[in-house]
Amino acid sequence: MKVQLTVNGQDRSDDVEPRLLLVHYLRERCGLQAANIGCDTTSCGACTVLLNGRSVKSCTVLTVQAADQEITTAEGLAPGGELHPVQQAFRQEHGLQCGFCTPGMVMAATGLLATNPHPTEAEVRAGLEGNFCRCTGYHNIVHAVLAAADALSAAGPASAAGVTAAEATR
Amino acid sequence: MIPAPFEYAAASSAGHALELLDRFGEDAKLLAGGHSLLPMMKLRLAAPSALVDIGQVGELSGIRSEAGELVIGATTCHADVAASALVRAEAPLLAYSAAQVGDPQIRHRGTIGGSLAHADPAADLPMALVALGGSVEIMGPGGTRTVAADDFFTGFFETSLEPGELLSAVRVPRRPDARWGYQKFVQRANDWAIVGAAAVAGRVALANMGPVPIRARAVEQALADGASPAEAATLAAEGTEPAEDIHADRSYRQHLARVLTRRALEDATP
Repeated sequence: MKVQLTVNGQDRSDDVEPRLLLVHYLRERCGLQAANIGCDTTSCGACTVLLNGRSVKSCTVLTVQAADQEITTAEGLAPGGELHPVQQAFRQEHGLQCGFCTPGMVMAATGLLATNPHPTEAEVRAGLEGNFCRCTGYHNIVHAVLAAADALSAAGPASAAGVTAAEATR
Repeated sequence: MIPAPFEYAAASSAGHALELLDRFGEDAKLLAGGHSLLPMMKLRLAAPSALVDIGQVGELSGIRSEAGELVIGATTCHADVAASALVRAEAPLLAYSAAQVGDPQIRHRGTIGGSLAHADPAADLPMALVALGGSVEIMGPGGTRTVAADDFFTGFFETSLEPGELLSAVRVPRRPDARWGYQKFVQRANDWAIVGAAAVAGRVALANMGPVPIRARAVEQALADGASPAEAATLAAEGTEPAEDIHADRSYRQHLARVLTRRALEDATP
């Protein structure tokens, strides 16, 4: 069936099977391979993307459920090639080891910061509960999210990469 | 993992959803957040012939107060229930229980109506609804009926919902001043409860101590007769027949029920 949706700011129209999972649509139809398929059971968070500004696990969303809505993947955070403050912070704080969980971590963190721009360390840890790092490099990931919060608030409220709190809470 | 093929239709209203259910027949399933159903479909534990998507039906979501009750639309997601100022003020146990479901991403998609209709006895919302003495509104071809939480859960993953019916809203009493307690014992973060206990206003409910979320009636009676939380909690496992699995045998679950009930009651006692 025909679906229309917006992916990283681009309107798309595609013919899809109703059973096509959003993560497969993004990776195979849109060519956006940042969202990884890890556990494929709604546990690990490697496939996290934003749906209308809120973090979701795209292995457990049908493409047709996202019809007429807005998807943002990690590629969409850096459309011109310049890293988003959250991505920049992950690099600066060495918030990754093997990198497999990173796109999901970055998207979960971006969603978290849109609703809670000044999280405590405990709130960052709770906010990333749905994302596993099997290198167990959590410490620097938390540092990165706290650093990103500082960078985003220093840059002003308009800089949250097109993801406004209003979008994230609607 | 890819689900088996199915027909799909997005409903534009609750009435339209009922029409679509009727048209697709008994093997059709409702889809809202899909966070219980889609994982089962991916594992091929479920293979409905058709999905009726109610995720975009505006009239089925939202939170309002109506006389002595809060009314929560069935497709309201856990994150919105947990963050709602109204729910936090008038039914804080419900807001807390919604915040215990899964993780942030799951709470952005999973819905209160979906969790109740799925009726996992180890889940958070079914136990919370039983503890609160809430009810569900069910729309069907013959009109709307209201079913009390105590009557809604009829068996292991079974409810009194009939084919062709739709759980449209959840009702809970407004009790801004009632103290409450909520305890869940899990092995790992994000797990389902090995045992759970919730207490508010003299009612006590247990999760995963039987095929449905149950009331700890002996505890409630003892409290009504003036027993202390610690005394009453010793009765928490009375009459229960919890399942045994890799996590816990029967006697361990019964022990947990007593301990968690005592903790919940202590939190719920002024």
